[in-house]
Amino acid sequence: MPLAKRIIPCLDVDQGRVVKGVNFVGIRDAGDPVEIARRYNEAGADEITFLDITASHEERATTVHTVEQIAREVFIPLTVGGGIRSLPDIRTMLNAGADKVSINSAAIDHPELVADAAARFGSQCIVVAIDVKRVSAEGASARYELFTHGGRKPTGIEAVSWAKKMAQLGAGELLLTSMDRDGTRNGFELVITRAIADAVDIPVIASGGVGALQHLADGVTRGGADAVLAASIFHFGEYTIGEAKEFMSGQGITMRL
Amino acid sequence: MTQRVAVIDYGMGNLHSVASAMEHVGAAEVIVGHDHDAIRAADRVIFPGVGGIRDCMSAIRDLGCDQLLDQALRIDKKPVLAICVGMQALMTRSEENDGVACLDTIPGQVVFFGEHYQDASNERLKVPHMGWNKVAPAKPHPLWHGIETGARFYFVHSYHVVPDDPDVIAAHFEYGLTGCAAIARGNLFATQFHPEKSHQSGLQLLKNFLTWDGTCS
Repeated sequence: MPLAKRIIPCLDVDQGRVVKGVNFVGIRDAGDPVEIARRYNEAGADEITFLDITASHEERATTVHTVEQIAREVFIPLTVGGGIRSLPDIRTMLNAGADKVSINSAAIDHPELVADAAARFGSQCIVVAIDVKRVSAEGASARYELFTHGGRKPTGIEAVSWAKKMAQLGAGELLLTSMDRDGTRNGFELVITRAIADAVDIPVIASGGVGALQHLADGVTRGGADAVLAASIFHFGEYTIGEAKEFMSGQGITMRL
Repeated sequence: MTQRVAVIDYGMGNLHSVASAMEHVGAAEVIVGHDHDAIRAADRVIFPGVGGIRDCMSAIRDLGCDQLLDQALRIDKKPVLAICVGMQALMTRSEENDGVACLDTIPGQVVFFGEHYQDASNERLKVPHMGWNKVAPAKPHPLWHGIETGARFYFVHSYHVVPDDPDVIAAHFEYGLTGCAAIARGNLFATQFHPEKSHQSGLQLLKNFLTWDGTCS
């Protein structure tokens, strides 16, 4: 496999501040997304994902400004997600310095946005975020559906067929988050990760639940993911990006060391 | 030597990372735009590109960027660096968007990797070719200075270039096929990968571009 698997630290940003807690040694202001992005860039991260979780529309200007500042200092790919609802939203973020945008609920409301965006800006910059939960009973064959609003609102949409549809419409990549696992530190939900990675020809990023380095490796070797995304294990300085890469490389995974 | 760099902007997206990266490696001044005089005043020119080839080509022609490029490349003979779709736009024709005529600066085709793409051992390969792949220089060139053999660069593309003349290929990548990662011809250097997104190796290449005299030796 010639391509290196990617490690993507994720910054959840609310009103210009990284939330979910960040505790890097040596950073005075641990919530500054620009400083944190710079650190990950230097530490060997393969990409950075910036999720704007700000609810209010008024704060968008802050987000654009932060993206501009990050793009000025970070020389690895930057994905921006959260609140991307239209072609002008995408244009704004690309102009601010994002390399890719992640579209989530807008893809559910208006699937044609994915096709329009891919045609206009190229598939390479269109990531579709898919938040799923297992809805089948214990023992029954696994069924996963899409949820919105941080996992609170069911949509009834089956996850694998949705992933295929997004790929057909022109998504360049899928960011798959298990809402059952997010924040649990129990590892990725490997069943749905594998099912989607096998079902589509575009890269899949596994997200949600990383609590140990083995989880990152499992996402690739067992889940079939092309990239793994994590927040807290890196934010709190439990592991460095370098340690994660060495660990994964030690399990036979191609990494950029 | 003054180091004024012009980044040709035809309105297709993220050019600021190229500009920021050039500033980061020491460019005295970076102009982003398509103003004829400003680009003529620059010492070296970058021709980037992101997005679908059809929209790129129509923007390039509508804004006269094809003429700006010709001026820099052929008449003023400045060092020119083309990146990603910027490189693809230099070829004769692209398969993307049902077939689009390109600038024909470098004779050759831009072709799709393929549906249900696989390598020789039937391992499935995702398309876009997205991520960090090894770049193997095909010949010595000043822009490879200080970059270790087999360094990884960031690629993101579904189409790749096949020049008619294999001698212009400056580097290869492996992805189910041996593809063209870079082209060198006279004062032109072009990369399929994104040096501005390839961290230290990419920044080194851009730094080399900044001091390159525009010859291949």
